[in-house]
Amino acid sequence: MALTSVDIDRLARLARLGLQPRERARLCTQLNDFFGIVEKMRAVDTAGIVPLAHPVDVTLAQSLRLRDDVASEPNQREANQKSAPAVESGLFLVPKVIE
Amino acid sequence: MSPSTHELHDLTLAELAAQLRARSVSSVEVAQHFLKRGQAHADLGAFLDTNAEVTLAQARAADARLAADTAGALEGVPLAHKDIFVTQDFATTAGSKMLAGYCSPFDATVVSRLAQAGAVTLGKLNCDEFAMGSANENSAYGPVKNPWDTTRTPGGSSGGSAAAVAARLTPAATGTDTGGSIRQPASFCGVTGIKPTYGRASRYGMVAFASSLDQAGPLARSAQDCALLLSTMCGPDLDRDSTSLDVPAEDFSVKLNDSIDGLRIGVPAEFFGDGLSDDVRAAVDAALKQYETLGATLVPISLPRTELSIPVYYIIAPAEASSNLSRFDGVKFGHRAKDYTDLADMYERTRAEGFGDEVKRRIMIGTYVLSHGYYDAYYLQAQKIRRMIADDFQQAFKQCDVIAGPVAPTVAWALGGHADPLTDYLADIFTLPASLAGLPGMSLPVGFGASHMPVGMQLIGNHLTEARLLNVAHRFQQTTDWHTAKPAV
Repeated sequence: MALTSVDIDRLARLARLGLQPRERARLCTQLNDFFGIVEKMRAVDTAGIVPLAHPVDVTLAQSLRLRDDVASEPNQREANQKSAPAVESGLFLVPKVIE
Repeated sequence: MSPSTHELHDLTLAELAAQLRARSVSSVEVAQHFLKRGQAHADLGAFLDTNAEVTLAQARAADARLAADTAGALEGVPLAHKDIFVTQDFATTAGSKMLAGYCSPFDATVVSRLAQAGAVTLGKLNCDEFAMGSANENSAYGPVKNPWDTTRTPGGSSGGSAAAVAARLTPAATGTDTGGSIRQPASFCGVTGIKPTYGRASRYGMVAFASSLDQAGPLARSAQDCALLLSTMCGPDLDRDSTSLDVPAEDFSVKLNDSIDGLRIGVPAEFFGDGLSDDVRAAVDAALKQYETLGATLVPISLPRTELSIPVYYIIAPAEASSNLSRFDGVKFGHRAKDYTDLADMYERTRAEGFGDEVKRRIMIGTYVLSHGYYDAYYLQAQKIRRMIADDFQQAFKQCDVIAGPVAPTVAWALGGHADPLTDYLADIFTLPASLAGLPGMSLPVGFGASHMPVGMQLIGNHLTEARLLNVAHRFQQTTDWHTAKPAV
C-alpha cells in the first residue's frame, strides 16, 4: 500500500515537523521507494519468534537493569538551563498554552 | 633521541605515549604540532570545534603529571572526539543546526575516561547529523573530504574521525557505530577502527540516535593503538547507562601477540555476491590468503539473512531515532524558531528549521512504523527478524572463531555521488548484520582498489571477544604494511 500525501501530512503532524509543500512531495516519493525494499521483510515467516528489542538480551541473557529509585545527581539547574532558548527565574519559557 | 617535530604526526599512539613517558618530547610540544597541522588542513573539514587554550592547558597538566610520575596510560597523548560525544570544554553540535553552539554541562563517560587516563583533547570532529549517514554529507556544517582523494567522501557517519586520523591531524579519534559508522569510514580512509560489543562502552553523553544500536569505539592507525584506546573507553557505567554491560574492564592489549595458528575464519557466502565490486573482492581475497599463510583456516559459512538486515535496520534505527529526537522541541536546549503562533507551531517550525533532510526522512519513517496499525507489521516484524539474524551468527560461530569479509561493496565514492538516499542504505549491507546482533566488528586496511582508494576488511567476533579480534588484526599488521600507507597531505 503506497503512502499518499494525506499520510505524509498525518505523519508530519504526529512528528511535529513543519514541512514545505515541496518537501512533502519529495518525502512521499522517497518513503514509497524505501518501503519497496521493506516488502521483502514483511513476507518472512516469523511465527513463534520472540522480538529482539535489545542486544543485551542475547549478549548476557539479561534483561535491562533498573537502578534504585533514588536521587543521585546534584541540583545543577543553572548549568542545565545554560543552553535553553528562553529561561526566566529558573523556569523554561514556552508560548502561552492556557488563556 | 628527540624526534624532530616534523615527524611527530607519523608516530603511532603507542610510540607517542612512550616518547612522552620517556620525556623526550612534551605534551605541549605534541599538542602544538597537531593543532598547527589541523589548521593547515582545515580545508578537509574534519574539525568542527577547536580551542587551543583548552588543549594546551590540558597538555600542561599532563606534562606536570608526567614530571611527577603520576602519569595515566594515555598521559599527554592528543586525541579528538566525534562531535556526538558531549564535552564541557568544546561545543557539541552532533553535526546539526539544531545544536549550533550547544555547550554541555557535563562530559560523556567515554570522554571523561580518556581524560582520566591523561589524553589531551584536540577538538571535536565533523560527522553526519545525529550520526545518520554513510558519507558525512548530512552534516549541517559541510562534508568532510577524503584525504586520499579530496573529491571523494571519507564515509560516515564518523567521517571527520577517519579523515583526521588518515591525514595525521590526530594520532587517533573516537567514533560511534550504529550501523557501520566506525567500520565504513575506517575502510574508506585506510585506518583501523573497532566497534566493541554493544554495552561495552557507556552511552552516557553520546547524543542518542538509535539506543539499541549506538556504540562507541576508537579509530586509529593500527590494531595495537585501537587496543590501547578501547581498554580505556570500555568498562561498566552501571548508574548512568542502563544498557552498560556488567562486565569488568579489560586490557585488550595483552593478547595482541597470541598465535593465530589454527584460527578458523568464517567466510560468509552472502558477503561475496554479485553486489561486491571486483577491486574490493580482490583486496579482501588477498588478505584471506595472507591469513592462510599465517596458519588460519578458511571456513565457508552462511549468514542467510544478510540482505534482510537492510530493511530490518532501516525500520528499527529510524523508529528509535524518531523517539530520541522528540527531545529537540526548542524548549530545554538547542534551536528555537523566531516566529510562531502557538506552542505546536513553535515545535513544528523549530524542528523544520533545525533538522536536515536525512534526519527528517528518518523521523518520518520512524513515526510511521511506530504508529497505530503499522507497529506489528513493521516494527515488531523487524525485531523478530533481528533475533533470527542474531541466531544466524550463533550458528556460524559453531563453525568458526571469527568472521571475515568486506566492510563495504565499493571503495569511497565521489562527494555528491549518491543522489538517492536508498543507494546509501543499500551500501551498508555488510556492516548492518553485526550491529543488529550487538556483536563487535572492526575494519582494517588490506589494500587499495580502483583509483588507489583504500579497501578495508571487516572482522566480526562473537560477544565480548574484542581482544581476539584485535589479536587477529594485529598479527596481520605485523606481516603486512597496508596500515602504514599514508595519503599525500
